[in-house]
Amino acid sequence: MSTSRRTTAAAVAGIAAFAMIATGCASTPAGDDKEITLTVATFNNFGYTDELFAEYEDANPGIKIVHNKAATSNDARTNYFTKLGAGSGLADIEAVEIDWFAELLQFSDKLYDLSSDEVDGRWLDWKSEAATDADGRLIAYGTDIGPEAICYRADLFEAAGLPSDRDEVAELLTGDWDHYYSVGEKFTANSDAAWFDGAGAIMQGVLNQEEETLESRDGEVIATTNPVVKDAYDSVLAASEGLSAGLQQWTKDWEAGFASGAFATTLCPSWFLGNIEGMSPDVTTWDIANVFPNGGGNWGGSYLTVPDQGDHKEEAKALAAWLTDPEQQLKAFVKTGNFPSQVDLQTADELLAVTRPFFNDAPSGEIFADRAVAVTVAPYKGTKYFPVMNELQNALVRADVTKNMSPAESWDQFVKDVAALG
Amino acid sequence: MTTQTLSAERRVRRITFSHRLNRWDVKVSPYLYISPFFILFGLTGLFPLVYTAYVSMFDWHIIGGQGDFVGLGNFEWVLGQERFWQALGNTFSIFLLSAVPQVILAMIIAAVLDQNLRAKTFWRMGVLVPYVVAPVAVSLIFSNMFADQHGLINNTLTSIGLSPVGWHSETIPSHLAIATMVNFRWTGYNALILLAGMQAIPRDYYEAAMIDGAGRVRQFFSITIPSLRPTLIFVIITSTIGGLQIFDEPRMYDTYGEGGASSQWLTITMYIYIRAFGQSGGGQFGHAAAAAWILFLIIVVVGLINLLITRALVSSTSASKRSKS
Repeated sequence: MSTSRRTTAAAVAGIAAFAMIATGCASTPAGDDKEITLTVATFNNFGYTDELFAEYEDANPGIKIVHNKAATSNDARTNYFTKLGAGSGLADIEAVEIDWFAELLQFSDKLYDLSSDEVDGRWLDWKSEAATDADGRLIAYGTDIGPEAICYRADLFEAAGLPSDRDEVAELLTGDWDHYYSVGEKFTANSDAAWFDGAGAIMQGVLNQEEETLESRDGEVIATTNPVVKDAYDSVLAASEGLSAGLQQWTKDWEAGFASGAFATTLCPSWFLGNIEGMSPDVTTWDIANVFPNGGGNWGGSYLTVPDQGDHKEEAKALAAWLTDPEQQLKAFVKTGNFPSQVDLQTADELLAVTRPFFNDAPSGEIFADRAVAVTVAPYKGTKYFPVMNELQNALVRADVTKNMSPAESWDQFVKDVAALG
Repeated sequence: MTTQTLSAERRVRRITFSHRLNRWDVKVSPYLYISPFFILFGLTGLFPLVYTAYVSMFDWHIIGGQGDFVGLGNFEWVLGQERFWQALGNTFSIFLLSAVPQVILAMIIAAVLDQNLRAKTFWRMGVLVPYVVAPVAVSLIFSNMFADQHGLINNTLTSIGLSPVGWHSETIPSHLAIATMVNFRWTGYNALILLAGMQAIPRDYYEAAMIDGAGRVRQFFSITIPSLRPTLIFVIITSTIGGLQIFDEPRMYDTYGEGGASSQWLTITMYIYIRAFGQSGGGQFGHAAAAAWILFLIIVVVGLINLLITRALVSSTSASKRSKS
């Protein structure tokens, strides 16, 4: 066999060289072991600034933080599940939105246990309860919640002969959803603009006030049979006929509508303030009213998790605990309006003193602290909530935005689509 | 082994080590030199193809991993889905709306570029510029222009007194808009390939035709097109494959990337993506893999049909030319 040794050696060398090309020569310098890089993945805008991370790096030598931001919660979700399945590739700290949190919770064995005495009692009860798995492990740290108020265009209110001061508007709108619609009818009678942006947003507002909507607590999808959902669907679409601007959330037309004054009011969770500022930078008449139809409502809110696949789980846990500490979360609120989920902050003076210049110096701290207290129901969102809500939103779009189906036809299609989710 | 070969040696001449090495060199080396392509193809082409077929036979969740063997159950499930057929229809509609005008336009552009123009290179490079722009950027710009209420195109339409078109809300307009993006990007590329083919046609043919009194149009149909046959087949096959796999443009056409509320512009590749990773009840790799294999078979069939039609069309033109002359 000695004859072919050289050939074999050449072949092996060739294959090795080729393998190096194929893997892109991904040899990382072993280097200094002390330096640890932690990656933090968030979406939209969590209000975590570079300065904030720099502060942590200074206090903890040997730790370097890299922050990756996804554009939307949907993108972050796709990324999370793909890489959780693959078993590698996730950041050390991954942000999760409440709507798909339950889906993740069923794979809680792939997440690192974050319970510790240090963080016990840091969050509102319903926030930390939702982040505790069946075995009693706390698998996520709460960042923000989404108490809802009403944002409105003062100039359009004035032109239609309605009061435009934020306290008077709050008084005007106090009541249930039907009351909100009836004020809308008064408004549209005297204005070319619509009352609200689209049926999809209103539906979110209505359903987030109900305990069981799309799924029952034992995990069954009841969206198509639950009278709560059907009633909400019918009443929202009936109101939309005269009051909706017919815009689908997060589309180009919808974004343009914020600047052009296509509608006068929009449901306004705390984290949404930053978005409005971004979409209509030249409008000076957006304001916030301390009111929400039918009491309080929570829309959205997020968590930080530490996937079990990471290399530096203890360090990541410490960073996540620091980021969700009241002090840091307050900074995030000032920056983007993400209302904190930490108990200590709910009534803190620093938080109550916060105002938003863009919204004519509205006391956003005070308003959203009030709105958070008004939240009494934590809707149950199970593993199928996200996909079913997606189909429901599609159903509303067909009847309210594209108008290529009647509400009844679109509902039938929704029933079929939910069955097809399987 | 060495002793065996020696004893079985029929020839008188002894094969030395260097002889043997030489023979090895001649026989094996060529394969070694071209092997990188095949190894790469095996890793990135063949293996995924076979593995997808394997996955399509199982109940396979994105995180839960491999489940029970279900045989052809996944194929049955996919074929029973209303959305799958809708996606198939959309894909063909977008494909026809893009591929047909694209090849015809590319042909015309190439024919013009083949003439004696001033600043030839400038025009040729200019045609290729849209191809250099990233498809996602193209989609972002075009989806802004095609926005239903505040888009450039609808604004223009209303300002000249026409009624606005529901570019996102209606099915065919949305296909037209997406086909426009595809054409914007690929027409120039195809034109350059066709141009290269045209340049290879011997100029004597045209001179002879001119002496025979054939006009430009007649020359184009009787010389250019028949001579372009191999290039045309290439262009048509590649744009068929590309057209049936269309993903970037429809995915970026709105913010959600799910093909619209009534799946107006949902294509097959988007359907596969959504089944595997997307949000509408995603996470079933088995279903996605089955849909991917169905798409593969469809592309093979359509590709073959295309090949036959192109052959028949082009050879009949050349045959008729021959019989006439």
